[in-house]
Amino acid sequence: MEENYIKHQYRPILPKKNEWPVVKLARERKEFVNKVAALSEERILDLIGKNSEILKEELETTLYREKLRIKQNPWDVDPDDEGPFWGEVKNNLLQIHSEGSRTKAKKLEAYKSVLRKITRRYSEEIASNFKASHYKFTRSMVSYGFSRLLNATRVKGFGSLFSNQYSLQDKIQITGQTAQIRELATKGTIVMVPTHFSNLDSILIGWIISVLGLPPFIYGAGLNLFNISIFAYFMNALGAYKVDRRKKNLMYMETLKTYSKEAIQFGCHSLFFPGGTRSRSGIIESKLKLGLLSTAIEAQRANFQQGISDVSGKIFIVPVTINYHFVLEAPSLIQDYLSMTGQERYYKENDEFSTSYKIFKFLFKFFTKGSDISVSIGSALDVMGNYVDEEGNSRDKWGRAVNTEEYFMSNGKVTIDAQREEEYTQMLGKRIVDEFHKINRVFSSHLVTFVAFELIQAKNAKMDLFDLIRLPQEDLAVGYEEFKAACQQVLDKIFELKAQGKIDAAPHLYRSMDEIITHGLENVGMYHAKRPLIKDKEGNLATEDMSLLYFYHNRIHGYGLEKLF
Amino acid sequence: MGMALKNSSKSRLIGVIGVGSFGTAIANMLAEKNEVMVYARKQEVVDEINTQHSASGKLLNPKIRATFSPEELCGVCGVLFLMVPSTAFLEVTRTFAPFLHPYHLVIHGTKGLVVQLADGEQWDTVKKLRRNQIMTMSEVIVQETLAVRVGCLAGPNISKELGNGQPAATVIASKYNEVIQEGQRLLRSEKFQVYGNFDIIGVEFSGVLKNIIAIAAGALAGLELGENAKGLLISRGMVEMAHLSKALGGTVSSVMGLAGIGDLVTTCNSLDSRNFTVGYRLAKGETLDQILETMEEVAEGVNTVRIVDAFLKTAGIRAPITENLHRVLFEDLPIEEALHFLMKYPFSVDVDFI
Repeated sequence: MEENYIKHQYRPILPKKNEWPVVKLARERKEFVNKVAALSEERILDLIGKNSEILKEELETTLYREKLRIKQNPWDVDPDDEGPFWGEVKNNLLQIHSEGSRTKAKKLEAYKSVLRKITRRYSEEIASNFKASHYKFTRSMVSYGFSRLLNATRVKGFGSLFSNQYSLQDKIQITGQTAQIRELATKGTIVMVPTHFSNLDSILIGWIISVLGLPPFIYGAGLNLFNISIFAYFMNALGAYKVDRRKKNLMYMETLKTYSKEAIQFGCHSLFFPGGTRSRSGIIESKLKLGLLSTAIEAQRANFQQGISDVSGKIFIVPVTINYHFVLEAPSLIQDYLSMTGQERYYKENDEFSTSYKIFKFLFKFFTKGSDISVSIGSALDVMGNYVDEEGNSRDKWGRAVNTEEYFMSNGKVTIDAQREEEYTQMLGKRIVDEFHKINRVFSSHLVTFVAFELIQAKNAKMDLFDLIRLPQEDLAVGYEEFKAACQQVLDKIFELKAQGKIDAAPHLYRSMDEIITHGLENVGMYHAKRPLIKDKEGNLATEDMSLLYFYHNRIHGYGLEKLF
Repeated sequence: MGMALKNSSKSRLIGVIGVGSFGTAIANMLAEKNEVMVYARKQEVVDEINTQHSASGKLLNPKIRATFSPEELCGVCGVLFLMVPSTAFLEVTRTFAPFLHPYHLVIHGTKGLVVQLADGEQWDTVKKLRRNQIMTMSEVIVQETLAVRVGCLAGPNISKELGNGQPAATVIASKYNEVIQEGQRLLRSEKFQVYGNFDIIGVEFSGVLKNIIAIAAGALAGLELGENAKGLLISRGMVEMAHLSKALGGTVSSVMGLAGIGDLVTTCNSLDSRNFTVGYRLAKGETLDQILETMEEVAEGVNTVRIVDAFLKTAGIRAPITENLHRVLFEDLPIEEALHFLMKYPFSVDVDFI
């Protein structure tokens, strides 16, 4: 019954790459960038009510922030002409200001021309540089390179380097609604929303999409990742567009949203990490960044407005969870989390993915040692959070057909209502979080860390998290029998929840409890210098790093399992 | 699908579900400016409305037509006012669910809560309730139907006064600006002011929680304790409502509004209020069973006391007025003792929630 995972060979749904939406988009890149720039300009003007004074203020704020960013936080990937560009913007603004006698309309025109320059620059900067040839090369390199590594270490004997007994799919299991996503991708447009724990996710998901036989998705990747040349190559090859988190000004945000919306409407399958950034605490995202998600709703409404009411104009939201035994960046993520005082503060993007060498070292370890990954593909939703069937029709809780267009109608017409769509975005965000919890796959390592942390906490009931982390190691040991009994109790509850469809569990959790514990201990955070959970000489459970234990334990937070302690 | 779209494009009528006193008053107000269709469950009431322009004796604007078909009502109306007693709310919502579409705007005027009991729990014996077991009426609509653009009406709206055309105001609350504006457009008149509020949960709970205080006000009146005591109760009641509303997911500011303090003052002075009457008769020495036996409709506040008391057990907060009323209503605590207890309760700060 265990490990009944079947490797599928998924045929590409669109064999000719010229049919891929992302290739079409790359072909029309120039026109597309122009369109995005023009629409962003329109959108910003609408937002500020075409008021020249407000526009002036926004332009000055943007200029000020951009100059500050260039000075205080420059990155390798920044283009050389940034200084001159913003210098010119400054001159333009000064010039308009000095010609004080202009009429209001003329002033607005003058400011608009500056705005146009900025949205054009931003759209060009955001736009992806997808090249089909790079994509193909990257894909085969990833698959080939990884399977060599795998076989070299797992198959014994001469010639193992050329064996094909193991492929990447042995390492990374894909479960869930794979047939549905393939089916729907031929009918409408997919927006995939995965959980985000590691920088590895971007590449992993790119690979998953290709294994599933889907054409490449476009996605927004943090511009910081483009600082590293190897990542930049991968990202470009996978169709990533760039999201610069340093730029928080109105013009940039609106251009970014317009880019995303237009790309979805263009028919490009897209991918957002709706948490916005990697989960610092190890908890599954519970509050989503709704900015990009709102563009899916906007694109859907725009399609309806243009009369595309059949499935070809439909947008499908597909939640995905990526389940790890081990997150390379866990130590720095949890440190970030612990030092954040509840307020958003600036933190340096400084992590283990900082050099290409470290990444290779990690990948080598990853593929030559244990530690599997599983990716769960959730059921597709429409933009209102209703499930959809294989034909792409939305269904309500009772299985009745729902016409998604009707959510956007008043008095018989599709209407634009920004406030309504904001509410819809919130609803969709909540639905995605629900789905994340349902498809989240519990691993042995999550179970053992959860139980160990909860037992330690129960023993020190008066302490808060920060006190616990400062406890001396000898106070942290938990007896094996007590631990095992608690594990069984939590596992029973997990199976109970699984029977209700509220969580998923990996097949290895059906082994005997001793085996599960051994499996969990072997795998959890296996490459960290300090292990989150070990068995000490006396056979008791101990931790070398309490904050890491907390991080891994958080993976099954939010199911009420804490109540068992 | 095509059929539904065709229906929605000619949805120009305004629907009112329920022809009780409040439903009739609202239907008449709506009919001043709009074409209105009302829904009644019984054939004879429908016939009475269509031929004699009255509903169980209450006069209706002659332009108002009636139907007993939920399908017809939903087919011709884009906006629906759901004006049924809380005891029938869930059932009526389920009756309409198959015909409600996502394009419908649904505004309800019902003050009450629906409780979802876990397996094996009994309403009469349940001691603890979590927030996710307690549903406001808008939450019921969203759970049971495809309608999402939902709103509620709340405020001091005594049907008799509305019917006489005396000046009044109401709050229309919804997460959707669209719903608020539509409600205002439909209902606003020279004699009726309509305020908007985005905090629908807070407004719904304000309307529900004030019924608890109304029972207490009736009790004070029954004990003939005077106007100072009433002022004390209303003020302390407001503080308690603010804390409870916050714990239940509403904002404090909604309690300060028409649906909270506005409705509270009206109800605490109204001899017509069923909740007030329950308190009054309790103070005169009757037991709850005796009182309920002789009342035609349930006083909503009695249920609310029970629900909120059970909620307090899981929320970890105190609400002295509610807790003591619970003991009076369900645990045979003499009302004088409850009062004595409240006077000793260590409230040290006048207002501690702003």
